[in-house]
Amino acid sequence: MSEKNDLRLSGTADKPVSDLEAFAEPPAVTVEGSGGQSPWRLAARRLRKRRFALFMGAVFVLLVLVMAAAPLWAEHVAHTSPNENHLSDQIDVGGEKINVVGLDGVPIGPTWRGEFFLGADGNGRDVAVRLLYGGRNSLIIGLSAALITLLLGLTTGLLAGYFRGWTDSFLSRIMDILWAFPVILLGIALGTSLALGGLKLGPVSISGGSLAIPIFVIAIVYIPYLARPIRGEVLSLREKEFVEAARAQGMGPFRLIHSEILPNVVSTGLVFFPLLVANAILLEAALSFLGAGVQPPEPSWGTMIDEGVARIVTAPALAIVPGMMIVITVLSLNVFGEAVRDALDPRAKVRIEH
Amino acid sequence: MALFALKRLGSMILVLFAVSVLTFLIFNVLPSGDPAVRMAGKQPTETQIEAIRVEWGFDQPIYVQYEKTMQNMFSGDMISYFNQLNVVEEIWKGVPRTFALAIGAAIIWMAFAIALGVWSAMRAGGVSDGMLNVFALIGISMPVFWLGALMNQYLGFELTQILGFELFPNGGYVEFSVSPFEWFHHLLLPWFALSVLFIGFYSRVLRANILETMDEDYVRTARAKGLSERRVMLSHVLRNSMISVVTLWGLDFAVVVGGGAILTETVFNLQGVGQYAADAIGQLDQPPIMAVTMFGAFFVVFFNALIDIVYAALDPRIRLQDGDTAL
Amino acid sequence: MSEPLLSVRDLEVSFRTEGGLLQAVDGVSFDLKRGETLSIVGESGCGKSVTAMTLMGLTGGPNARFSGSVKLDGQELLGADDEVMRSIRGDRMSMVFQNPMTSLNPVHRIGNQIVEQIRAHRDVSKKEAMARAVELLDAVGVPDAAQRARSYPHEFSGGMRQRAMIAMALSLEPEILIADEPTTALDVTIQAQILELLKQLNRDFGLTVILITHDLGVVADIADRVAVMYAGRLVETGTLDEIFYDPRHPYSWGLLGSVPRIEGERLARLAQIDGQPPALIDPPPGCRFRERCPHAFGKCGEEPELLSRGETPGHLDRCWLDISERPALRQLPSGLIGLAKPS
Ligand SMILES: Nc1ncnc2c1ncn2[C@@H]1O[C@H](COP(=O)(O)OP(=O)(O)OP(=O)(O)O)[C@@H](O)[C@H]1O
Ligand SMILES: [Mg+2]
Repeated sequence: MSEKNDLRLSGTADKPVSDLEAFAEPPAVTVEGSGGQSPWRLAARRLRKRRFALFMGAVFVLLVLVMAAAPLWAEHVAHTSPNENHLSDQIDVGGEKINVVGLDGVPIGPTWRGEFFLGADGNGRDVAVRLLYGGRNSLIIGLSAALITLLLGLTTGLLAGYFRGWTDSFLSRIMDILWAFPVILLGIALGTSLALGGLKLGPVSISGGSLAIPIFVIAIVYIPYLARPIRGEVLSLREKEFVEAARAQGMGPFRLIHSEILPNVVSTGLVFFPLLVANAILLEAALSFLGAGVQPPEPSWGTMIDEGVARIVTAPALAIVPGMMIVITVLSLNVFGEAVRDALDPRAKVRIEH
Repeated sequence: MALFALKRLGSMILVLFAVSVLTFLIFNVLPSGDPAVRMAGKQPTETQIEAIRVEWGFDQPIYVQYEKTMQNMFSGDMISYFNQLNVVEEIWKGVPRTFALAIGAAIIWMAFAIALGVWSAMRAGGVSDGMLNVFALIGISMPVFWLGALMNQYLGFELTQILGFELFPNGGYVEFSVSPFEWFHHLLLPWFALSVLFIGFYSRVLRANILETMDEDYVRTARAKGLSERRVMLSHVLRNSMISVVTLWGLDFAVVVGGGAILTETVFNLQGVGQYAADAIGQLDQPPIMAVTMFGAFFVVFFNALIDIVYAALDPRIRLQDGDTAL
Repeated sequence: MSEPLLSVRDLEVSFRTEGGLLQAVDGVSFDLKRGETLSIVGESGCGKSVTAMTLMGLTGGPNARFSGSVKLDGQELLGADDEVMRSIRGDRMSMVFQNPMTSLNPVHRIGNQIVEQIRAHRDVSKKEAMARAVELLDAVGVPDAAQRARSYPHEFSGGMRQRAMIAMALSLEPEILIADEPTTALDVTIQAQILELLKQLNRDFGLTVILITHDLGVVADIADRVAVMYAGRLVETGTLDEIFYDPRHPYSWGLLGSVPRIEGERLARLAQIDGQPPALIDPPPGCRFRERCPHAFGKCGEEPELLSRGETPGHLDRCWLDISERPALRQLPSGLIGLAKPS
């Protein structure tokens, strides 16, 4: 592409010419080429050029819609509910009566019809229905946990970064301590202890089997991953002239945070959000797989894999299908999230462990 | 240097203390209900619960409870009320297995990540770069326990049926002292299963670092000196791009040993520390989970302090920045 | 007349960017004789660095496009083979960059960074190369050079780093040294020392120098010839005296202020000129300076060529104004185009 080979690697060799317009690496160019455009418009324009990422974003939205429609399928097509056993039932396949779970304990495979579309699991439950409800649970947990992490992470980061001093020391120490635990272990610790006892925080009381437990657990675990970068950003923002100016005009700290600082860290939050959801879904699956997340008989993709692995020899689909669902969901979020990051803040270092 | 190390160790001890407090709170205070009942496991008798209540001090003020909990943890007398086995002894049994898994995987993931990261950075924007990026994204989107279970089933079990010999064993662990070859053989699949995520992640970090480093002024200087492209890449770009990756490597290694490998161990039945905790979850057996959580976090904290100190010894620039941790 | 050492013809460099094609360098031509010092001046963003880096074959990225010709001693460099460029860079032609703080690799010792360059071009042992590196560091005024060669860049001050950069650039006795604002990042006394060093090298070893700077005082001090750049183009070139005593382009007038004075106190840095240079993406046709020029008239909608318009053949400019009227125009009340702030 360039006249010289050795030139290829230097400068802004990040992307090919065709893609370059979508990436805009050199900051100097961004400023020159886009005189007067708001950063949001610019980000939207960059994002629009990432066709594949947008497609994956759409895939995720579609998945959400499909999972949200789980009750419709269960009621009107499959005529069962996710936790209903059909161990001793028979169904009609091509005029033949077949046991849902064979005498040898092997459940029926996909019928590709309304009932037992994807077959049954070892307890004679409709896999398609459980997959939909399980996905619904996984997505509810992933999205809610990420949302809570976003709120708490932003709040923690803003307070620590803005007020500094003992507020910062206090919050940062807590973050350090949470950070010290391997994510999965902290999740297991919280997940098992709360699943055993339930949670009572002031007026709120949550029983051990509730979905709110994994939501709470996962939300807590990821807070430091967001709070730390936000805190760093706020620390440098508060020294900027426009903040100084607002302060000089006598603006109170909370209004100042709200009107001057928050808008500047929102993009970091947005960059993190899809990736937080993705990791929350993975962590939920892992915790549920180990028995420290969603509690049986409630379905989730993680518990379904756990149950499926036990029958992987006779009915491999039971383990494979929910896993595929996780991969597609998380992949769509990761691809979309990466494009959001590139569009909003190409230099952002996002790192989430799972 | 000695001062730095001392300071760093001091702050490490504080964090260890805080970690122990948090572990205590998570298990014994945060959940509602009787902590003695939770500790006792699945079907406790009334007398068992009473004994536990006294032993752990659950009938006493909270600081006594903490003290007793720590006594239990550190005296090495803590037992699982499910199988009456000594928890710390069981953990020690798993330690060499967990390390074997973590060390091998860490080497594999770093080697692959360097190869792939350099490859895709050199071809940034090209087709192969795009493909590798997609593979990396798939890698970081896969639940490791699912991947492991499938690998174990299809490469370990079914492939053996087809081939008629064991190309990969179907899970399990063989002591190195029993047969080094079988040790290696049994760890191959787990190593790779655990590495996939990290390869995806590290290759992308390294690729981004390389591209960023290539924009550095000193790389331009290196080219202006008339160095060969190869030399520029190795001695200037890669060398500098690796610094943060190596730090990350240390941190992640600690996390894997400290509990991150729990899923891989479980799926491949390696009987490491993580699996000990995972099995306990199924039995609602709290003491092992508690001990693994705390000692896992201890290891992470300790290892991080070690990395900081080693780094400070190697790179004089860090020492100037005082006791800030590199976390 | 001897052959020029470096001959640049119609050099164009453009970058494909998000906003469109950015024409960073647009038809730059000049010749440089052995032992001469050429100063390139112009506002920030006018393409000085891109020009310099392109001469070195360092303008990079798949988004860059080049055309024209750069000849070193008759050998074409633009589009030359990688290996050819590599052997020239650092050996026959070297460059000192604007920012000494970031131009040295933080993880390698200073001495080794010089050794690396020497060994890339000469078949000498590490020890010999290191001896040479120490000698060079000493020559550019790094005290206790043998000891300091073992230091890392962060242990050097900015001025010392720039000396190390110069030592490195000179390590193989290049024919041409390109210095891109070598002193902007340094404080005034260090600046003077570094420039003195360059002057001395030019005088004693006949080193050919291209010096890019914002500082007209430096130009007056060191340059034999001056090239004034504006928005990617050369708008005027000539000898130092021609540019300083008889500047012809209104942009040069603006740069110099209306009253030339070289003797006496140093001139201020480039005088401020009202307005902004045009965007380099889709610039308007015609003279690029038109928008900011108080003397612009109808003709300026067309592009003027870089020509000699007076009696002096080497003094070229890009302006439609009648050559005989220019001195009078230049005497106009100076507020119209900014005035050099007397320092
Ligand atoms: N790799 C690149 N890709 C796109 N645009 C570039 C690239 N390098 C430089 N430019 C643009 O080319 C123009 C000229 O830049 P250049 O660095 O040559 O200016 P300069 O005259 O050296 O300015 P200064 O005095 O500030 O150093 C600028 O508008 C810059 O944004
Ligand atoms: Mg420049």
